[in-house]
Formats: sequence, C-alpha cells, structure tokens
Amino acid sequence: MSSDKTNGGLRSPFRRKLLLGMAALPAVGLLTRNAAAQALATDAVNTTKLAVTDSTVKVGILHSTTGTMAISETGSVQAEKLAIAQINEMGGVLGRKIEVIQEDGASDWPTFAEKARKLLVEDKVAAVFGCWTSASRKAVLPVFEQYNGMLYYPTFYEGLEQSKNVIYTGQEATQQILAGLDWVSKEKGAKSFFLIGSDYIWPRTSNKIARKHIEKNGQKVVGEEYFPLGHTQFNSVINKIKLTKPDVIYASVVGGSNVAFYKQLKAAGINLEKQTLMTISVTEDEMLGIGGENIAGAYACMKYFQSLKNPNNEKFVAAFKKMWGGESVIGDVTQAGYLGPWLWKLTAEKAQSFDVDKIAAASDGIEFTGAPEGYVRIHANHHLWSKTRVGRARMDGQFDMVYETADLIEPDPFPKGYQ
Amino acid sequence: MFEGYSLAELGSIFAMQGFAGLILFSVFVLMALGLAIIFGQMGVINMAHGEFMILGAYVTYLCSTLVSQHAPALFPFYFFVAMALAFVASGLLGMLVEWGMIRFLYKRPLDTLLATWGLSLILQQIFRSVFGAREVGVVLPDWLMGSVAVTDSIEVPINGLFVMALTIAITVVIYVVMFRSRWGQGVRAVMQNRTMAGAVGINTEKVDRYTFGLGCGIAGVAGSAFTMVGSTGPTSGQLYIVDTFLVVVFGGAQSLIGTIASAFTISQAQSTMEFFLSGSTAKVLTLLTVVAILMLRPQGLFVLKVRR
Repeated sequence: MSSDKTNGGLRSPFRRKLLLGMAALPAVGLLTRNAAAQALATDAVNTTKLAVTDSTVKVGILHSTTGTMAISETGSVQAEKLAIAQINEMGGVLGRKIEVIQEDGASDWPTFAEKARKLLVEDKVAAVFGCWTSASRKAVLPVFEQYNGMLYYPTFYEGLEQSKNVIYTGQEATQQILAGLDWVSKEKGAKSFFLIGSDYIWPRTSNKIARKHIEKNGQKVVGEEYFPLGHTQFNSVINKIKLTKPDVIYASVVGGSNVAFYKQLKAAGINLEKQTLMTISVTEDEMLGIGGENIAGAYACMKYFQSLKNPNNEKFVAAFKKMWGGESVIGDVTQAGYLGPWLWKLTAEKAQSFDVDKIAAASDGIEFTGAPEGYVRIHANHHLWSKTRVGRARMDGQFDMVYETADLIEPDPFPKGYQ
Repeated sequence: MFEGYSLAELGSIFAMQGFAGLILFSVFVLMALGLAIIFGQMGVINMAHGEFMILGAYVTYLCSTLVSQHAPALFPFYFFVAMALAFVASGLLGMLVEWGMIRFLYKRPLDTLLATWGLSLILQQIFRSVFGAREVGVVLPDWLMGSVAVTDSIEVPINGLFVMALTIAITVVIYVVMFRSRWGQGVRAVMQNRTMAGAVGINTEKVDRYTFGLGCGIAGVAGSAFTMVGSTGPTSGQLYIVDTFLVVVFGGAQSLIGTIASAFTISQAQSTMEFFLSGSTAKVLTLLTVVAILMLRPQGLFVLKVRR
C-alpha cells in the first residue's frame, strides 16, 4: 500500500504522454483561436478522451440528495457548487468553464457505484466531487480504480485507506483524535474517559485509536459502548456514565441518535458546563437538529468551525450565505467539500492537464492558501496536511475555538501502533 | 464494575435505572398504541406509522417557531396546544389516506404492507421538500428540560415523567373509547365481523375511517412528545417503526393489554441488559429472546378468544 509503488508504475506512461503532448504543442499553436489564446489546446490537456472541449470541462457531483444521508450531504453539495461557481467566475480551469453533472446516490451504496460508473464511462467527467459515508466511498472505490477516475472525498473518516484515484480532503482519524485528546488531558487534567459511539466502522476505528492513545498516556478508559444506528434511548448508558464518573465523555454518536443522546444527557441532569464532553461527530450541521441549548458547553474536535476568524473564512461564509441563504450553517465537512474543486483546479494548472494520471501524480505538494480553514497542502499519501482545532459549543449553534495546533498535522492513514 | 461504591450510591443508580426502564416502557407504549389500533384491530400493516409520528413532530416544530416569534409569553404552555394540533393533523391525514387508499385494500391485508410503505416514502420526500433535508431543532419550554432531584443522588428526567403521564392518560382514554363507549363497541363489532356489523346498521365505512384516523392521531401525539427525547427529520420515523411493530406483534396483535405487557417486557429486558452489557449486544439479545418466544407462541403473548 505504499505510494512509491503506485508512482513507480505510473512513471513511464506518464512520460510518454508528456512527450506526446509536447510534440503536439507547435501544431496546436497554429490552430488556437482568439478566445483560447492563452489556454492550452484540448488535445494537449486531454489525452484520455475526457469530456473536455475548447471552452468547457465536465465534472461530476455525486452525493445523496434523497434518503437518510441527504441530511448530511446537502452541505457538501452546496459547498462544491459554490467553489465551482467561483472558479468559473475567475475564468475556469486551464481556460475552460466547469460544467457540472450532478447525480444522486440516494443514500444507497450500490446506487453510488452505479452512478459513479455512469459519470466515468458515459459522461467521461474529468473529476468527481462526492461521497460522504465510508460505505459509499468503499462502494465507488473499485469503480474509480477500474475506470481511472478522480474522486475528491470531503468527509473526516477512519483512515486505513489510500488510493491513487482519491484525494481525501477531510481528516483521517489520527488527525482528528490525537491532538484533541492531548489538549483535553492537559487543559482539564483528564484521567478517565468514557467512549460512546454508533455501531459502525468509523466510531469503532476512531475509538480504537483513542483508546490506544489514552492508555499510552497512562490514562484510563472506564467504559466503551456502541449503539445501533438510529438508537434513540440512552437513559441506561447515561446511568452507566453517572456510575463510572469519567473525567471526559468521548462521543462519536451520529445521525438521529445524536439528537436523542444530547437531549437525554441534558434531561438526566448532566451539565456539560461541568462534565467535560468531547465529540468528534457534531458540527454546526448537527447542532441544528440537537439545539444549541442541549449541547452548549461541549467540546468538538474538528479542523474547521464556521466562526473561525480569518479573511479567507469571512469571505467564504459571506459567499456561502449569499448563494444558499442567510440561515445556512457550515460544518467541518462542508468546508472540506469546498476544498475539492479548488485543489483540483490548482493541480490541473500545475499538471497543465486534465488527465487523471497526471493529476494524481501532480497532487503531492499542492498548496491552497485560500482555504477557509487556512493554508492546506496535499501529502504524498493524498490526504491533507491540516490543523486540528477544538471548539466549544455555544447556545446559538456555533462554536468558539478554544485551541488549535501550532503546526499542520501530518496525515497518517495507516498509523503504526494504533491498529 | 461495582467495586469502590458505597451501598447508597449503588442504591441511587439502581433507582435511576428503574426509572430509565419505566421511561422506555412509556415510550414503547406511546409509539405502539396507534399501531395496535390500526394493525391489531383493523389488520392494516401500516408501514407509514413512523411518518405519521413525524408529522406530529413537525407540527410541534411549527408551533414552537410560531409561538416563540409571535407570542413569547405563551411559550411555556405551547406544548399542550402543539400536541392537540399534532393529533388533529395526523388524524386528518390518516382519514384522507384511509379514504384514498386503505379502504380498497381491506380484503388484501398483505398489500397494505406495500401500499403504506410507498406512502411512507412519499411522506418522507414531502417532509424533505417542505422542511429541508436537515433535522430541525424543536425548542422546548424550560420546565420540560432538566431533572428533578428526588434525593441528593437520585435524579429523574422531567421529560421522562411527562412522557409517562401522557402515556397513562392516553391509555386510559383509549380504553374508555374502545371498551366503554358505544362507538368503541361499533369498532370492535366491525373488526370481528364486517358483514354482520353492517347488517345490524353500523356504518362500517365511517367506523373504518374514524378508527384509522384515531390510530394515526395517536401516532401524531406520540411524535409530538418524542421531540423531547429524539430527533425531528424527514426520516426520523424510520427509527421507531421496527420497535413499534416488535411491541405490537410480540404482544399479540389483537390485544391492547398484550401491547402494554409486551412493551413492559421488552423495555425492562432491554434497559437492564443495556446497563450490564453493551448497547448492541443488548439489542441482539432482546431480539433473539423475542424471536424465540414467538416461535413457541406465534400468536404473541395475549390472544383474544374468538370462535372461528
């Protein structure tokens, strides 16, 4: 699974295509018309028959706009469309306007795979921005590898994956977990932790990493509990939490269960101003459903909060609200979705090509200084270097950032000693 | 897991755990009562039961938004009005559905499964189009949140007590309506023998419509009450449907007492096991036990003795 190997395999065809492209350049120079004077000729930037014309390039957006996951994925769609609109305003990518083909994964994993195939085979899109759950990503991954497509995946996820055909713009598990745990240990002097999550791969893998880290630091895990997705009754486990009196409740409960969990915590008299709770699954989006009054005081460990104070973010939030309404909120994943089209644009400009192989090879080291979360850079393993931040939930559904790591954290999808 | 605790501490934890079981019991009864009428009494497999509940939850959401914007002084009391409106809204929709769809399917009970499942998908998409795909936050009056400290260490959630009181009230009302009123007598007559009931002058179509409406209305009230403990989103209804059918089927579909007994058994088993085992294991064991008992007693815990 090392990236060197993938790159090695690419080298010779890559060079051949590059030479081909260079050979074509002089001929193409004669053909260029006024509008495309600065733009590169289509033959040169597209040697693999993608849907690229002299003035347009097609990309796909593949998220669930119907079904259970629509709750979460809507924000990503909005952010990706915003980024694409902004890029088009600036003149597009390599002189070509981006045209979007949107497909609905309908919260159903086989549908995701089918739509991914459609986008790659029939529409021949140059890149796809999409997927949200790990299950949907796992379903489309073989399709992207078989037809050599490019996927920009926005969600923070459990790691343990790396592909030439995917750029992961969200955090992998260690980026989200370790710095947050260190902060809460130092700041709150936490000695004991109670881990609670929904019962599927992401919370289980995350808690496995969290547990190792906690035990490595000489602290204690006093409870670890998982509940089926959609579970709505948490009174028993709340009693268990009361009994074990952990310094920190570490929560990765998702979806509708999330709302039930925080409402019942509050009703059971657990005051989050006094009881430290750290979550890795609540963003501004989830806060809408939970209600600020039920979760105020809890800490969330993310890389982005809507309330971040920097010029990039202020511009981003204003543009987002202008496009999607003043009521809309922006969570961590929504911001990561926004990064996708920009990173793709920057990579295509560096590679001077839309070819997937060239994009994959050129991704390492791409820097995006305009990111709302601040500067980010793509690692050779196709994940992003980014900061870890801790925010404290407010009554109004926003977070106050209380901590950020000084440096960018290196993505480490296959963490040694944590598996 | 109990080392290092004093007897008093353990006592309070078990007392709170007992309450947790009772609250779960109330929640189960509340969500199953509507279905017990529709599925148990009428034989309609209503897969859209959860969506009728969520309609009630959305009505509550609308009320809370309207009241907090236009009449903040009344905010502490809006919840009662919201529950009444939830009953009316879900009840009316239920009657409409009965008129437009269910009444053609009484002789084909298995087809109601597909038809109402389709209905649940349609309703989910309508919720999504009207209220947005995201969950909405229902703001509750302050007096409903938080807990009562019975002693220094025993705390009982207020919303749990509220659900318990509501469940008792609705159960009593249903008992009176179904078993002590002339209308209820008519309903039971129609369910037992439709042709005969028609022959003695009962307007069976009207009885069907109102019964279905009543069942859906109760689902609406349940949904409204569950905004206190759960989420309100287009697909939240799906969170309840499995448990609801479980309770009704396990109790013996035709018996209201059975529904209550089964809700009690399942809730106590689940909440005790959740405390001593992990959450997922508790659920698995509960379901296995229910399956095992249903294999021995396919008709459920309680059966009406009817001559066939």
